[in-house]
Amino acid sequence: MGINGSGFISSRRRFMRGLAGVAACSTVSASGAGAAAPPRPYTPVFFNAAEWDFLLAACDRLIPADANGPGALALDVPRFIDQQMTTPYAQGAQWYMAAPFVQGPDNLGYQLPYPPRELYQRGIVGMNAHATTRHARPFAALAPDVQDDLLRAAEGGKLMFGDVPSAAFFDQLLANVMEGAFSDPIHGGNTALGGWAMLGFPGARADFMDWVDRYGAHYPLGSVSITGETA
Amino acid sequence: MSDEARRLKPVDVVVVGGGWAGSIMAKEMTEAGRSVVMLERGPDRSTAADGAYPASIDELEANFRYKLFQDLSKNTVTIRNNANQTALPYRRMAAFLPGEGVGGAGLHWSGVHFRIPPDDLRLRSRVIEKYGAGFIPEGMNLQDYGVTYEELEPFFDKAEKVFGTAGEAYKVNNEVVGQGNVFSPSRSDHFPLPPLKDVYTAHLFRKAATEAGFHPYSLPAANASQQYTNPYGVQMGPCNFCGYCSGYACYMYSKASPNVNILPVLRRHPLFELRPDCHVLKVERDSTGTRATGVTYTDADGKVVTQPAEMVILTAFQFHNVRLMLLSGIGKPYDPVRNEGVVGRNFVYQNVTTSTVWLDPKVETNQYIGAGGGGVAFDDFNSENFDHGPLGFVGGSPVWVNQAGVKAIAGAHAGGPPGTPRWGSAWKAGMIDTYRHSLRIDAHGANMAYRDVYLDLDPTWKDAYGQPLLRMTFDWKDNDIRMNRYVVDKIGDVAKAMGARDVHLTKREFGSPFDTRQYQTTHLGGGAVMGTDPQTSALNRYMQSWDVHNVFVIGANAFPQGTGYNPTGMVAALAYWAAHHIRTTYLAHPGPLAG
Repeated sequence: MGINGSGFISSRRRFMRGLAGVAACSTVSASGAGAAAPPRPYTPVFFNAAEWDFLLAACDRLIPADANGPGALALDVPRFIDQQMTTPYAQGAQWYMAAPFVQGPDNLGYQLPYPPRELYQRGIVGMNAHATTRHARPFAALAPDVQDDLLRAAEGGKLMFGDVPSAAFFDQLLANVMEGAFSDPIHGGNTALGGWAMLGFPGARADFMDWVDRYGAHYPLGSVSITGETA
Repeated sequence: MSDEARRLKPVDVVVVGGGWAGSIMAKEMTEAGRSVVMLERGPDRSTAADGAYPASIDELEANFRYKLFQDLSKNTVTIRNNANQTALPYRRMAAFLPGEGVGGAGLHWSGVHFRIPPDDLRLRSRVIEKYGAGFIPEGMNLQDYGVTYEELEPFFDKAEKVFGTAGEAYKVNNEVVGQGNVFSPSRSDHFPLPPLKDVYTAHLFRKAATEAGFHPYSLPAANASQQYTNPYGVQMGPCNFCGYCSGYACYMYSKASPNVNILPVLRRHPLFELRPDCHVLKVERDSTGTRATGVTYTDADGKVVTQPAEMVILTAFQFHNVRLMLLSGIGKPYDPVRNEGVVGRNFVYQNVTTSTVWLDPKVETNQYIGAGGGGVAFDDFNSENFDHGPLGFVGGSPVWVNQAGVKAIAGAHAGGPPGTPRWGSAWKAGMIDTYRHSLRIDAHGANMAYRDVYLDLDPTWKDAYGQPLLRMTFDWKDNDIRMNRYVVDKIGDVAKAMGARDVHLTKREFGSPFDTRQYQTTHLGGGAVMGTDPQTSALNRYMQSWDVHNVFVIGANAFPQGTGYNPTGMVAALAYWAAHHIRTTYLAHPGPLAG
């Protein structure tokens, strides 16, 4: 792990554990061992069973658990995405969605008539159809390295899911995965502040008046969430 | 529409837009005894409600769901790179993030608060004096502002005192007084507050820039470095470097905003009325077309209303001001084929690229600590501070570390060094390394105006009120790309002096078009510029429409070309400058202030 220095990370975590107590320990031990903690029981409110299977599998590949910290499943990123799907954002309420929809060069930006919810539905159907054509099984049933190949193909925009270029779906998914892992836990992801602890982000501490000119000194307090949860 | 609209009781002044420019103009006009109605298309906002800690410091809501920003579903722009393309709607927030609601972009801005370099105000004249007229590239509409630094200085000073700006002067009344920017002009007074402390990355940059032979200085920041009471009597608290500036209402009351620094006083003034959720459709004119009679707007209940007024002051965001002029028929629309007409002419952006420097893994850069306007810059390659003769381009860039607080989602998106995947274990390792041990250095460059870069009304797409969207025709030009590449190379010198482990210099690439998908900056300018020639400017040097004398237009729309600095300080000074001339001359003798 060379530059990241797992020794450095674990020493930071020990320090934080000492300050923040039990809450941090479960996250630390799970991520420190590189084990994927099983997702907590959660019944999706938006995604159907097939979509949920895809989402769990894809999230696990996009942020895998490893020596650097917890993965997307331990951070409840799928739960975050499912909960986001019931917000106005996912219905395109913040996007200009007036017709006509004319496709142009990529650099002029997103021009599909689909809000995030429909991008997910069309994208997941497309990914599973492609997986089934190529490998005779839906995405979630494939080996991790095969899943990675499919995700890379989607990322590169090499596939079309009807009129949805795969990159449009992939970019939507990846953006929401990052949001789920690193936003405040109030939104359903970043469980036990595992994303922030991994990154070294103190969260809603938001007062560094006494630390701004302590050059090179390691900030001693662990992460804190908007509701006061600490790690 | 005005025939059917309900007519309200006339007022002296209607101000369109509740940001910095609108708040300054409303304050000045009420001080002059005029009744003012401020129309703001977005909701009412206050620091107490929108900045309440800790709920307000939610990165997802603020920076990724754009809580304080423009509602694109109602109104956006279309964009194309050149006139041969079909412009397509800017459907999702990305390249630039205009504001909405009371306070405007002044509520969510960072706080970098500059004056403008004197040479930038007369750039055409300066370039011709130094290098000859032949130096100006074909197709570049290089112009002077028609106002000098000396004329604007009292108003820069006034704005800094209202904003509670922190910084260090170099020269006051022509005497060297401090360690400020050696290229900056003399000031009539010190900054009202001392500079913010350097965060670690700014400290490293200051040292390395000095070693590389440059002249670093503290960025002027409208983030209070100490407790402060401004001339209007409102109080600011000292910045605690929380890192939640850009995109947020500052819960510490440290970052200057119209909501903190002006509106608390204005809201209590008996001559002032604020009407939020009111979207202005048009400036109305009399039968001669040379005098405005008021504005027509859609109110919070969706009713169309006409507000008669003696004066109309447009203080919306840059491109909304231009659009309102086009929708209202104020000033001749620009024709890029003939290079004639003025509304939509000289649309400019800012030429920003961000490079990344990785330090020793033992060094923690603590990027979550920050102040929006804080940091260290050098101006050795900004404005006319260096010899452009052998370089063959116009314009320049300040270079700086402006660590405004990198939060977790943004840190994750930044990822690892170039070539690192965007996901998976390799991304994780690279992202953590970058977040903990890197720093970012910006080349924050000027963008010149070109004949074929302009604003007009889109022929196809409409807003929620049935009016045409504004159309942007914009691309990067070779002059600006060469400038960026020259200055970014200097960042390499600084990184070397820093003992960098790795450096990624981000430069504009020739042939790579403007990309609406990548955030660049919200510093858009031009489109209704000020000047001394009505053939090449929509506004005279007092920000007054040449054609409709009781319409004043305040904003970065007035910049004839881009500058290397952030625009807010210049916009605020121009507002006070225009207000001064309205108060001392126009109110007693309404009519054109320039012939």
